[in-house]
Amino acid sequence: MTTAEGSGAPKDTAEPLLVLSNITKRFPGVLALDGVDLDVRAGELHVLFGENGAGKSTLINVISGTFPPSSGSFRFAGRDVGELSPSEARTIGISPVFQEFSLVPSLTVEENLFLGRESATGGFLDTRAMRHRARELIDELGFDLDPKARVDRLSRAHQQMAEIAKALLGKVKLLILDEPTASLTERETGRLFELIAKLKSQGVGIIYVSHRMREIRALADRVTVLRDGRHIKTLKAATVTDGELVELMTGRRIDVLFPTITHTPGTPAIEVENLTTADGQVAGVDFVARAGEITGIAGLVGCGKSELVRAIYGIEPVAEGTVRLRGETIEKLDPRSSLRRGVAYFPASRGAEGLALTRPIRENVSMAALDLPRYQRGGVIRQFAERALVKPIMETLKLRPPNIERAVGNLSGGNRQKVMLGRAMARDLDIFLFDEPSVGIDVGAKVEVYEFIKRLVEQGAAVVVVSSELPEVLALSNRLYVMHHGKIAALLEGDQRTEQNVLSSFFEEEKREKAA
Amino acid sequence: MSSTVALPAHNTSSASRDILHSLLRVGLLPLLLLIVVVGTSLMSPYFLGWLNVLNILRMASFLAIIACGQALVIIAGGFDLSVGAVVALSSVVTAKVMAALSTALGGPELLVAVLGVLAGLGSGFAIGLFNGLCVSRLKVSGFVVTLGTMSATAGIGLLLTNGIPVYGMPNSFVKAIGRSQVLGFPIAIYIGLAIVMVIAFVQRRTLFGRYVYAIGGNQEAAVVSGVSIRRHLVGTYVLSGVLAALVGILLTALVGSGQATLGGDTMMLQSIAAAVIGGVSLRGGIGRVEVVAVAALFLTILSNALNLLHVDSRLQPIFLGLIMVVAVALDEFSRRRMSSV
Repeated sequence: MTTAEGSGAPKDTAEPLLVLSNITKRFPGVLALDGVDLDVRAGELHVLFGENGAGKSTLINVISGTFPPSSGSFRFAGRDVGELSPSEARTIGISPVFQEFSLVPSLTVEENLFLGRESATGGFLDTRAMRHRARELIDELGFDLDPKARVDRLSRAHQQMAEIAKALLGKVKLLILDEPTASLTERETGRLFELIAKLKSQGVGIIYVSHRMREIRALADRVTVLRDGRHIKTLKAATVTDGELVELMTGRRIDVLFPTITHTPGTPAIEVENLTTADGQVAGVDFVARAGEITGIAGLVGCGKSELVRAIYGIEPVAEGTVRLRGETIEKLDPRSSLRRGVAYFPASRGAEGLALTRPIRENVSMAALDLPRYQRGGVIRQFAERALVKPIMETLKLRPPNIERAVGNLSGGNRQKVMLGRAMARDLDIFLFDEPSVGIDVGAKVEVYEFIKRLVEQGAAVVVVSSELPEVLALSNRLYVMHHGKIAALLEGDQRTEQNVLSSFFEEEKREKAA
Repeated sequence: MSSTVALPAHNTSSASRDILHSLLRVGLLPLLLLIVVVGTSLMSPYFLGWLNVLNILRMASFLAIIACGQALVIIAGGFDLSVGAVVALSSVVTAKVMAALSTALGGPELLVAVLGVLAGLGSGFAIGLFNGLCVSRLKVSGFVVTLGTMSATAGIGLLLTNGIPVYGMPNSFVKAIGRSQVLGFPIAIYIGLAIVMVIAFVQRRTLFGRYVYAIGGNQEAAVVSGVSIRRHLVGTYVLSGVLAALVGILLTALVGSGQATLGGDTMMLQSIAAAVIGGVSLRGGIGRVEVVAVAALFLTILSNALNLLHVDSRLQPIFLGLIMVVAVALDEFSRRRMSSV
């Protein structure tokens, strides 16, 4: 990992690159930012830390000109900034990389890089110059990215690289990164960190949004904590502890992020033999998950771990191999019959695969249970039964505000995850497949999800947790599979479950593949 | 005690917001409807004449029936361009079958009429089934599939008739379905009302309706939730085809002959217009048929008003087109206001 050995040591004497004071942003009915101060110095990496809905995205949107603040002063590079449009922000050197990509899927990487600032003479595109410049930039960044590839054919990690390259194309003074490592592999993350160090040494100021403590430790100079749209505190990263940060963020003490779970392994609930998916992402996997315990699957992005659970649930087509549920061999896997057999799947992308955003919470929760005779008679929905089902479920999950008629599209990430959990509670299920259960939700919501999983297991359900967050799978699972390139690289039980062992099993597998 | 003091102030501010809120929730459609009705009745004495009112209601029923099917297809994320052609086909098929059976059997007119109606509905069912299967199995977009069936269906209609109206239906059919009235209203109006009510119920209270919303809202989520996508997609297209065929039969009974010129592009475009003005989202997942029915009434009244006010018939399409764009833009605007209230 790179340590920025004071190369970009902030100079306290000069005026900071960016000075925001008393910034307020009011949306109809919501005070998103309430008198927030922030300053970022040239060559400094400044982390914004806070729960979902704390105002981080509103703040970076104000800085990058998406919308103006309702009041407050905004100085950049020694000048007052008035009305700012996104393109003006880019011109003066503010370059944001948002979580939601701003790439046009049907255009190539190169076309996307230059979108809106193409070099042209007399209306004709100067393709050669742009191609040259794109190549140069990507090489400089050290990305493994083909400038002529269409964006929709790229993996998420590569799209993220294209997005970062796009942000760095112009002359950048202030770079804004919103959870940039969420979809990068370990190696790509390393590359990004090197790049960040280089930019800092060139005097670029960086605003970095992340929930990951490890990254904050590795990168940050200072950390600003936001909560409920207010500035809580700005601290030097070197002197603050993780516990302090979390406490500042949530406003309460969270002593244990991961609950202590009592595993009582029973009979095998899922037995997979020699499973290979049609797309080859999973190749010859043997896997067992037992009732009463959490079985974890760890691995890098693209190692086939989510494809494995998706195949078990019946979304990913299977080429060969057998799947047995509670000892019964399943001939044809599809989501409908999986649900009837008591299997639930929680997709990683709640927006794309989990929820109908235009529909109310009630309909999203009951969606997977309505075919039960309790909730319908001859195809006619029993509304009282439906409401009587959904309301208490969302109460136990502490939905706030507790209105089940709101459209899911208006909910925060944490509440959306609760709707997903609620859907699983609407049916009697005893096998649960979680795909990245805590991605995109804040610490408070994470704790609630973990508690939910704990309750399931202690009631005797079989739970499978797939996660790219090593600490998460290590802490939750009783037995941990490590996957690599579609195969099981290791099965770790008991004391063997350490970060060291997981990582070394990646590398051993890597070596074995090289040798072969 | 302090709460009783604070309450009135709170109430007045929220009361005015409630009015705005409910106005925006209902949308601008009723308001537009009122304006057109009042405006036209002031300008033309014939507008509120009983015969004209009946005429409007009958035409609005036809449009509403088709628009209901169209709305379901659009809510599920599809498109049905073939409805106008299905109207023509079912008209021709119904008339042909009835004429043939009358001469062959000569028998009871009721039997002939029932068989003819079933044949007409069957033709709509077949086209709908074809559309649905192509969309759900072959994964071709609904727009393209129905564009194809629209052309093919219209072709079949012309082929069957050579463009000549088909006569020879039992008189009692034409009298009973096309001309008779119950409590002073034509039967078509009751049929239209019944269908709108049934489909509104289907949308609200049945699995089919709920799953159509879910599929349009997020197809992947519906798959993960164990909803059978294919069956429900086919269902929407079949329903749309059958409803269009029903309108074809009703029109046939009204004009007394089977014609390959009934329905057509105008009816198809108007059904989409009614759905969209009625708040159905082209992105899927949103829309209620009772509002769509009101939109159908609005469109019918509007074109009737243009006729009564002697607006040049060549200008009318231009006018209708502009109205549609404005209505949808206003609706979009009000919805955006509402989401921020």
